[in-house]
Amino acid sequence: MPVTVLAYGHAMLGADVSDQNSGLLRLPLHDVHLELGGKMVGFAGYDMPVQYPMGVMGEHLHTRAKAGLFDVSHMGQILAYPIGTMEELALDLERLMPIDVAGLAPWHQRYGMLTNDAGGILDDLMIAHRGDHFLIVVNAACKAADFAHLQAHLRCAKLTMCSDRALLALQGPLAEAALAQIIPETANMRFMQARIFGDIWVSRSGYTGEDGFEISIPVPQVAAFASRLLAMQAVAPIGLGARDSLRLEAGMPLYGHDIDETTSPVEAGLAWAIQKVRRAGGARAGGFAGAARILDELSNGVSRLRVGLRPEGRAPMREGTVLLDGAAQVGRITSGGFGPSLNAPIAMGYLPPSYGTIGTQIAGDLRGKPTPLRVCAVPFHPTSYKR
Amino acid sequence: MKYTKDHEWLRVEGDLVVVGITEYAATQLGDVVFVELPEVETMVTAGDDVVVIESVKAASDILAPLDGEIVAVNQKIVENPELVNEDPTGVAWFFKMRVDDLSVLDDLMDEDEYADLIG
Repeated sequence: MPVTVLAYGHAMLGADVSDQNSGLLRLPLHDVHLELGGKMVGFAGYDMPVQYPMGVMGEHLHTRAKAGLFDVSHMGQILAYPIGTMEELALDLERLMPIDVAGLAPWHQRYGMLTNDAGGILDDLMIAHRGDHFLIVVNAACKAADFAHLQAHLRCAKLTMCSDRALLALQGPLAEAALAQIIPETANMRFMQARIFGDIWVSRSGYTGEDGFEISIPVPQVAAFASRLLAMQAVAPIGLGARDSLRLEAGMPLYGHDIDETTSPVEAGLAWAIQKVRRAGGARAGGFAGAARILDELSNGVSRLRVGLRPEGRAPMREGTVLLDGAAQVGRITSGGFGPSLNAPIAMGYLPPSYGTIGTQIAGDLRGKPTPLRVCAVPFHPTSYKR
Repeated sequence: MKYTKDHEWLRVEGDLVVVGITEYAATQLGDVVFVELPEVETMVTAGDDVVVIESVKAASDILAPLDGEIVAVNQKIVENPELVNEDPTGVAWFFKMRVDDLSVLDDLMDEDEYADLIG
């Protein structure tokens, strides 16, 4: 087992220990992660815990059974205040994303994406209506570019990047009971609701398929807050490794892997996020970056589609694996690994829509050996949101 | 027990060499979920990829540490890959090799030298 293989970058688990001092940004909870025995790796420019002593498998299963605490402070939290009215700002935002922003009820959030003129995805995001402004949460690797993009294109917004705030996610069936010990009112929130409790911003959402919360806290308060949660029997710290396996089982795309500037929301299987009002015949149809391609694809179909895949046997098929129909290359895996809750390998990838029927059998080129896999429904593991 | 810089251990058993991965390697890999072993009677050259080992997140290869013939493989770790994490230097051996000359093991690291390598 060559050291170079153990230390390779494709899988986050192996990143070289010596990378720790290579100019990576530190999370507000950096010292807490070290105290908890977190194995730190570089991710999106940050020094982040990929796993704790419990290990990826244990952390994954703990989150599904109890409650996992994730430090996602690397993500971007952008406040958008209107220069005029909220309605004007909502319509302004709708020029940059294909979703219904103007119809978003106060204190609710929804999933969306910034698109480019070619109909590709610049980033995926959550946007919350918070009475007199919006909060937009974006991916770490894209946050500077997203902010610049919003700044350049929005006509009636005052934007702030909240670099003075940490972001935690508390996920799993016991997340509600755990958070209610600190903020009792959060127990009454429903999936995709957003609220503000003093300095603390809470939404009932996440990236694991489990019920849970995302909690934004001023940096000076986050260590004490995290400690209170971690002191609870039900709560364990969870690293990036399990965050990835949980989101994969939940069938959620990972930006930069399953979606990027070349994939459209329709190809990515995210048409559900484009409400009727923005589609052909809707009251505010089109008018967003990339509308020509995206509306065309909604009407006339796509040439490739993101699908869930179940490899036969136990060997995981990783990102980059070529998908084969006989000798013909028909697609590629964009995310793949082992699903601890399924106790089986799972993957996602792009295929022509003619292969999109559940149960279709194709093969993956596994180290030169064509190995069968089947197209299957996502999520791989049922979600348990509190609607 | 002898060690390679690739985090394999080697133990002489009669005229055979038993090969596995070290505790350090198993910990670095994390939870092992899949192991693919070579076929028995395969002739290998030192440095050949002979085993594929997959953890939840990572795929790694294990290289043949010496020239020789694979004469036995451990099906137990194919059926229960978690054994690699539970007992990497005992139950979870990977394969047994026949080599021409056991003295080639003298060139490998001993326990103290390997401990220095992993710090």
